[in-house]
Formats: sequence, structure tokens, C-alpha cells
Amino acid sequence: MGKAAKKVLMYAALTVAALSFIYPFLWMASASLKPENEIGSLNLLSRSFSLRGYQAVFKQIPIARALLNSVFVSVVSTTSILVFSSMVGYALSRLRFIGRDVVFNMVLVTMMIPGQLTLIPLYVLIVRLGWADTYKALIVPAMMSNMGILVFRQFFRSLPQDLVDAARIDGCSDLRILFQIFWPISKPTIITVGLISFIGSWNEVLWPLMVIRKWNMMTMPQMVTLFHVGGLSGAQVAAEMAAAMMLALPVVLAYLFFQRYFIESLALSGIKG
Amino acid sequence: MTGSVANQATPEPSRTPSRAGFLGRLREEYRASDKAGYLFCLPYVAYFAVFTAYPLIFAFILVFNKWDIVSPMQFVGFRNMQRLASDATFWMAFANTLRFLSLHIPLEIILSILIAVILNEQISFRPFFRGAFFLPFVISGAVVTILWQQLFSTDSGVLNLLLYRMGLHGLGWLTDPSLAIYSIAIMATWKNVGFYIVLFLAGLQGVPHELHEAASIDGANKSQQFWKITLPLLNPVVVLVAVLSTIGGFSLFIEPFVMTGGGPAESTLSVVLYLYKQAFQFLRMGYAATIGFALAVMIFVVTLIQRKLIETEQLY
Repeated sequence: MGKAAKKVLMYAALTVAALSFIYPFLWMASASLKPENEIGSLNLLSRSFSLRGYQAVFKQIPIARALLNSVFVSVVSTTSILVFSSMVGYALSRLRFIGRDVVFNMVLVTMMIPGQLTLIPLYVLIVRLGWADTYKALIVPAMMSNMGILVFRQFFRSLPQDLVDAARIDGCSDLRILFQIFWPISKPTIITVGLISFIGSWNEVLWPLMVIRKWNMMTMPQMVTLFHVGGLSGAQVAAEMAAAMMLALPVVLAYLFFQRYFIESLALSGIKG
Repeated sequence: MTGSVANQATPEPSRTPSRAGFLGRLREEYRASDKAGYLFCLPYVAYFAVFTAYPLIFAFILVFNKWDIVSPMQFVGFRNMQRLASDATFWMAFANTLRFLSLHIPLEIILSILIAVILNEQISFRPFFRGAFFLPFVISGAVVTILWQQLFSTDSGVLNLLLYRMGLHGLGWLTDPSLAIYSIAIMATWKNVGFYIVLFLAGLQGVPHELHEAASIDGANKSQQFWKITLPLLNPVVVLVAVLSTIGGFSLFIEPFVMTGGGPAESTLSVVLYLYKQAFQFLRMGYAATIGFALAVMIFVVTLIQRKLIETEQLY
């Protein structure tokens, strides 16, 4: 086989493979716009595209509220993770104090504990605190990230000590050094940790399923799941696909925008835990 | 990232002869330490106590108790564990996980190596291809499962439509008890393979060029080079991928929850779905915690094996 033939074969294989990854999403987008009787087809186009599926979702479930809940929960927990894990990362890499190694070991040990182990006790804790069906149940347990702490610590260790010394001589407090000197030069790290946290929070299903029962407190993935499983969609496939599209779209858009960081950051998160 | 590395920035303990003993030295060290360190770590330590340490201890207590949340806890000793050991449904869920992994791991490894090796060649549109494979990984499992349930549909699903086009019979992807868990494994592979491609691409970057050049001078062809040089050097990544897929397999929940509810004939019941059902359908919190504990032990063992395998690799 010649070199050129090999190249053609390689591209053909790659294209077929890539299409099998993209086609299902296109199919979903198309199905969300089609009338029911045309959904069971391989064709992506239809003459009778309409927004009826989307209208049905808005009519049958409080999806706008779920969208709002998801945005609120994801933004607050991501912000909190960025603030707190950079603080701990800064302390672990730049400050001296008794017990620093103890804190560092807490981070490492926590990362080795599988979530399933603490799932039931955490649920019980939330119920006992009276937090079930509140934002607190969704946000507070997600306010810290051990992986985030390690990533920030690692990055802050690479920054020159002169930066800290000079700021200290100028009378800067550690809080200002962290947020006014370290943060501006940590953009890639902040984006990385922010993306992992945001996507993780946005996509989480199991935890909301456990602590939220009221429809107006549900997050997007939970509500979309229950819309499908609970039979509320009345087996209207277009409506189900429309709901799934609304859940996927923000992530897809963020993904197209930040692709480079996405791939790096999620590779990182997978390795860590 | 070990404890010893953390110590590097710490100054040597003061050598001044101090008669104050341990407590005195501690006091001196405290005086010299940056108070901000305590301030910065305080929220984390409080969080750790409430959301990690307390649940861990509580999980341990629950394992020895029977509890439905409403009535008082009832100490039952080792009965939860005994029950787990003889619970046919739990072992069925465990066996389902193994069946899932028996397809998922080989498929995942072969596909991701293959695509990564092609992507590592001099090709155009690499970001596009890499992005296409990676897309399903960032999207919520809820979306992927709802979508694939349609694709798997027996009457009107895309997969069966394709089979009909080729003149074949359709399959009961999610309705046939001997097939359903493998269908879920195919879907999981589709969802995660992009992530493993990225890992393998990173691994391939680490394969030194000189090795291939030397080999081709010695007359080794491409496939010989792949089997004798590239693959052995990628071994740690293969182990990592196998372990991550295994952990993922043990954590399987949303897929069977959405697609099959654990059916047909409990053939897709996963351990976490079983845990969820025990806790929220039957309110058996002690038993559910015991299942979680068993799962954690399994995952811990898998992780330990990984550490060992990768450590021995690096001896070469």
C-alpha cells in the first residue's frame, strides 16, 4: 500500500469515527425540533421543524426555574471553590505554621475516599440539619475542592518568592498578596479549576436526586432525568430531546469557547480522582 | 506530591539551645509562624470535620446498625455484613459490574490507543477530531443516557434502523437481559473514550523520538515499532485507563437508573443503584451504608493494585 493510500485510509477511518461521535448530538438536536412521527428516522432534516417540543417542556415542568437553580448553584459553588482552595493552596505552599503538614495530609486522604462511602451519612446529615429541599443542601457540601487545593498549591509553589517578599516589604497582607498579586497571574489555573468545578456541579445528578424532592428546587440534570424517568413527558420524544438539549447546550457552548482548557483540566481531574 | 516535598519551604527548626523543652519550642515556632496560615486553613478544616470526618465516622457506625431514619437506631452487630455476604441481589449487581467491565475495558483501551496513535501522526484538523471525540465526556450523563435510550430503541432507534438498512435483524439493545448491560458498556465507552484518548496522547508525547528513529534504521517497520516500542512504553497509561474504567464501572448509576431501572430481570442493576434503592425505596440506611462500605473497599483495593503495577513499571 502506498503512502498516499494509507493517508486516505487514515482520514477515512478518523472521519467515520468522529462522525459517530457527533451524529448522535445532531440527531438529538434534530429530534427536538421534529414532529413525533418523523423522529424514528436517520434523516437529520425535516420540512416541519417546529419549537413544539421546547414549548411542551416549558408547559409541563418548571424548567426555567431549574435552569436558574442550576446556574445559581454552579456559580456559587464554583466561586467558593476558587476562593477557598486558592487560600488553602496559598497557605500550604507559601506560609509556615504548625500543623501545615496535617492539613496537607487531610487533603490527600480525602481524595482517596470514594464518594459512595459517605453518601448515606452525608444525606442523613443534610436531613438532620433541616437542609433538605434548600439551596444549602446543594451548595454547602460542594464549597471545597481537594483537587482544587492541590492544583493551586502546585501552581503557587512555582511562583518566585521575591514576589511575596517585595509585597510584604510594601506592607501587603497575605490576603492582598493572594488576591491582588497571585490571582491575576494564575488565570490558566483559575480557569482550569473553575471549569472542572462548574462542569462537575452542572452535571451532577445523584446528589440532587437524594436531597431535593420539591420540583421548584430541582437542578437541571435532576429535573430532565425525572421528566424522562417519571413519565411526565408522556413519552413525547421531541420534548425529552428538547429538555436534554437545554441541559447540554450551556456545556457545549462553554466547551467550544474553552476547548483547550477543557481537555487539559478534565484530564487532570480524571487523574486526580 | 508527598509530605516530604511539602517540608521543603519550611525553615530548619531553630537550633538555639532552649531549656523550655517541647512546649517552649512549639511556642517559639508558633510565634514565628504566619498567622494567616491558620486563618486561610480554618474554613477548610471546619469543612473537613463536618463533611468528611463526621460522615466517615457515621458511615462506620451505620454499618453496625439498622435504621430507617424515622425510628431510633438499632444496634445489630455484624448482621448487615452477614446479610450482604448472602444477598443474591447484591452479588448479582456485582456480577453485572464485572460483565460491564469485561466489554468496557478492552473496548475502551483498544479504541483509545488506536485513535490516539492516528491523532499523534502528522494530520490536519487534529483539534477538530480530538474535540469531537471529547465532546461526550463533558456532557451530563443524564443527557447521554436519555439520548442513547432513543438510539437503542428496538422499534425506531437509529442503531436498529442501521441494521435494517444492512438487511439484518434489529436487536433488543435494552430489552434483552443478556444484552442490556453490554449496550450500556458500549454507551459508556462512547462517552468516555475521548478522555482516555487525551491520556494516551499525553503518554505518546512521552515516547522519545530517538527510539523510533533508531528502530527504523535497524529496519523495523511501523507495526513492529508499535508493538515493540510504543505499546510497552504506554503500559502505565493502559493500567491507569483500566483502573479508572474499573472505578467508573463500580460507580455506575445514572445509566441504569435512567435507561432500564436496573432491568430487564435485574440484568443492569448496578451496585450504586442497588444502594440507592435500599436507602430510598426500603429506607434501610444501615444496609445501604454497608453496601457503600463494601464498594469503597473494592475501589480502594483496585487503586492499590494500580499503584503497585505502575510503580513496578517505572523500575525499568
